[in-house]
Amino acid sequence: MNSLIFSTISRLLVGLMLLFSVFLLWRGHNEPGGGFIGGLVAAAGIIVYGLAEGPGMMRKLLRIAPQTLVLIGLLTSVVSGLLPLLQDSSFLTGMWLFIGATETEKGLGLGTPLIFDIGVYLVVVGGVSGMVIALEEEL
Amino acid sequence: MPADITSQTNAYSNSEIRKGINGSANTAFACALISAIVFFVAYLSQVSSIAAGTPWTFSGEWVPRLGVQLDFRVDGLSLLFGLLISGIGILVFLYSYGYFKVHKGHARLQWLLLSFMLAMLGLVSSDNIILLFIFWELTTITSFLLVGFDHENTQARRSALQALLVTGGGGLALLVGLIMLGQASGSYLLSEIIASGSAVTEHEHYPVILTLILLGAFTKSAQFPFHFWLPNAMAAPSPVSAYLHSATMVKAGIYLMMRLQSSLGGTEEWFYALSIAGGITAVWSSMMALRQTDLKLMLAWTTVMALGTITMFLASNLQIAALAAVTFLIVHAFYKCALFLAIGNVDKSTGTRDFNKLGSLVRFMPITALGAVLAALSMAGFPPFLGFIGKELIYEGTLTIADQPWIIVAAAVAANAMMVGIALTFIFRVFLGGESTITREPKEVYAVMWVGPVVLAIAGLLTGLLPGQITEYVIQPAVSSVMAASAEVKLSLWHGINGPLILSIITVAVGIMLFFSLSIVSRMINNLVEKLPVVGDSAYEFLLNRTQFVASKLTNRLQTGSLSHYLTIVFMAFVVSVAVTLLYHPVSMDFDRLTPVTPFIAIVVFLMISAALVLTFSNTRLLAICALGVVGSGVAVLFLVFGAIDVAITQLMVETLFVVLIATVLIKLPRFPDQTDPAKTRGLRDAVIAIAAGVVMAIITLGVSLTPLDLTVTHFFEENSLAQAYGRNIVNVILVDFRALDTLGEVAVVATAALAVIALLKVRVHAQGPR
Amino acid sequence: MEILLSLLVGVLMSVSVWMLLSRNLVKFLFGLVLISNVANLIIFKVGGLTVGAPALITDGGSAEYANSLPQALVLTAIVIGFGLVSFTLVLAHKAYQAIGTLNVDEMTLAEKRQDPADSEKSS
Repeated sequence: MNSLIFSTISRLLVGLMLLFSVFLLWRGHNEPGGGFIGGLVAAAGIIVYGLAEGPGMMRKLLRIAPQTLVLIGLLTSVVSGLLPLLQDSSFLTGMWLFIGATETEKGLGLGTPLIFDIGVYLVVVGGVSGMVIALEEEL
Repeated sequence: MPADITSQTNAYSNSEIRKGINGSANTAFACALISAIVFFVAYLSQVSSIAAGTPWTFSGEWVPRLGVQLDFRVDGLSLLFGLLISGIGILVFLYSYGYFKVHKGHARLQWLLLSFMLAMLGLVSSDNIILLFIFWELTTITSFLLVGFDHENTQARRSALQALLVTGGGGLALLVGLIMLGQASGSYLLSEIIASGSAVTEHEHYPVILTLILLGAFTKSAQFPFHFWLPNAMAAPSPVSAYLHSATMVKAGIYLMMRLQSSLGGTEEWFYALSIAGGITAVWSSMMALRQTDLKLMLAWTTVMALGTITMFLASNLQIAALAAVTFLIVHAFYKCALFLAIGNVDKSTGTRDFNKLGSLVRFMPITALGAVLAALSMAGFPPFLGFIGKELIYEGTLTIADQPWIIVAAAVAANAMMVGIALTFIFRVFLGGESTITREPKEVYAVMWVGPVVLAIAGLLTGLLPGQITEYVIQPAVSSVMAASAEVKLSLWHGINGPLILSIITVAVGIMLFFSLSIVSRMINNLVEKLPVVGDSAYEFLLNRTQFVASKLTNRLQTGSLSHYLTIVFMAFVVSVAVTLLYHPVSMDFDRLTPVTPFIAIVVFLMISAALVLTFSNTRLLAICALGVVGSGVAVLFLVFGAIDVAITQLMVETLFVVLIATVLIKLPRFPDQTDPAKTRGLRDAVIAIAAGVVMAIITLGVSLTPLDLTVTHFFEENSLAQAYGRNIVNVILVDFRALDTLGEVAVVATAALAVIALLKVRVHAQGPR
Repeated sequence: MEILLSLLVGVLMSVSVWMLLSRNLVKFLFGLVLISNVANLIIFKVGGLTVGAPALITDGGSAEYANSLPQALVLTAIVIGFGLVSFTLVLAHKAYQAIGTLNVDEMTLAEKRQDPADSEKSS
């Protein structure tokens, strides 16, 4: 698809979609969103870019091989589950840290479930875009 | 064997290989011998306290939730078996050391014998019936490996498989029987089952329990009509046969019947099942023994006869019967093991086991001959051997128990007379007299090989001369265990002139006649056997062949290799099983739970159904992809309407990606239809299955929607989502916190699928045309 | 509403089974996509339907939420279904390259048909 318009729009779009996907991932715990959805949105953005520019550019965009991304994602999720073991909790128990908490406000909550969700996000991004890259390259 | 290993072995000299083999064999032998001695001494140390009525118990946890505990309890009966198994084990291990000295499988044999001994000891010492069953199966498996020890021999493999199938099949029946027994009596502990007396015989399932447990015991102890595997199992090496036939394996069934006699016995069913099976087995197998010329095969059949006799006695719940059974068990273990080992020596030394070719072996192998002759005298039941006491007890028992004594007495006399004939054949045709036609000069064997027969033969003599000790410490406690009540028994050689003695004299007379007319008798038996209907081995063969035939037919029918055929079966099974269930258990639908239809949803559903119908009849790929997209988006809209925002977004994203993916791949595939549509009848069948599946599914989903749901789990998530996991999006909290482990698994699946796709795409395939 | 949606489930199920039973591998693939959609819809539907009450906790809001459990199940099922279908799609393509046909009845390369008489002899 060697269309200048599509190519230009896709560059714009991929940035927006990646940004949006991180936003979805971040707010997933309280609003609609999360790792699966964020990952799918990001992958869709990368694929749109790939359709315009070709699989080689998709690889460049990702910088690391999609298989590696999948593995990093899996590891992130597992590690987030292992962290609570340090506290004598069982595997995958949620651990939370509230930054700037006051008497009335809970502050900014950061927890291992978020790290876990980041892992899910990475697996989905890596897996889906990896499949499409492989398809584009090999078929 | 990979090439590099072969070359490595070749690099060693022969003596180094020998050293290696001997090294591992010596380790195995030492382990086996030491374990046997340790067990034997341990059992001996408990003799007096068990005789005084205190069982030796051990208990440990294993699977507490299933009620399976490592409960061991050694009482009089277990002690008797334990002493026999470990004691004869010592002699058999020693013997095997000499017998297999230069055999490359020596180490394997010793390990197998050791595991077999341990399994048997576990079997007779278990108090928990599930534990007992596990050991029972372990003996089946180890005996399979032992019988098939010479695995390069077709006959050995066949015999091993036969032993496994027959005893394994019986084991399955036994498992069910034992579980039902446990349920019926309310306890899985043998000691408690026995303590509750004959309560089980009143239970409504008693006939089933009895049948199943006896199936297990009869197959294991080679009772008619499952007797055939045992003579075939003599394909095993001599020490293995000696061990299997004398103290172990086949005695497991006897042990079980003895153990459960007080709980399951005392009924008509028990009496007739055991006496008929035992009687037929005893008479039939002694006839079969007479027609053999192979000494080992002859002995194998006499084992079956002995098992039949013991089973026959266990039919009765009188003390004299139990005493006869227990005593005969010991007698048999002694002489049978001694004779098998002696025959092994003869075989090793002369190269044949055919008694027509052998004779006067006492000149060449005097010590083996001494052991064999003494054992044979005990087998024939001559005084002053323990065998005599055993036979007297058998006659006393038969005269006491039977309603129609003369039939059973005649059977017992006939069987015993044949034993006498066989024993005399051993003594006078093989060891003391007879002409040898073998060419090579036989030599006496190593000491480790004659020590077994001699020790056992002398044991048979000593216990016959001085029966007091063994009666008090072994036989009486064992009889008490069988009777589940303390028993007083006394054994002696001389009872004065009475019924049993007269029968003994008749037996010996008939036995001597049989010995002199052996060739005529065996010809008569051969003629008779040919006229009899097919039983035993041939029936087994027939069944096995039929099973294989049916299995291959069925497999060919089911495993056609055609995807649509498999799916047809799957969906037909789905429709039929669900439809039948729905018919017998109709879903109760509460139509008050129906909610009104909104116009918007009606339109969405209408669009989706239309798209689905378009998909069904579409003949171009583009149309099909569009239709599929409409259905998928419709599903997303439904998710959105019913409050599943996350799911709806996911569905939409995936739907989009599908289109990209399918479009990428489909370009490379030919347009459909690239072939004619299925034949009309086939299409009709597919349509029927498809519509039926749809109807069934619609009914189920409607039924479930109209029945109240248990929302406990959902409410838990709703209440704890914010409070415990600090998240307002319940779905996301479930995914990343409450059920994060599931999600981890699902993510792993996604990762695997992605990696598999990438890997598959890298595979270069070579085109080959359709077959 | 329940009757309407059950009707929808029934129709979609029928169509997907029909497609799955087809001898054309591409139609089979369409059937696979469709049946995973139907399965998700069924799980979601039997969890109870609530209009316009997303499973998001609001401060002081009503305690009435859509059933969150089937949603969580379906969400992951969709993504896994995507992985499954992608794999099957690629597999179909490779099979076509290797065998040169999309007719499933001709794709019996892996499982050679054996005559019962032959298997008797070999056993």
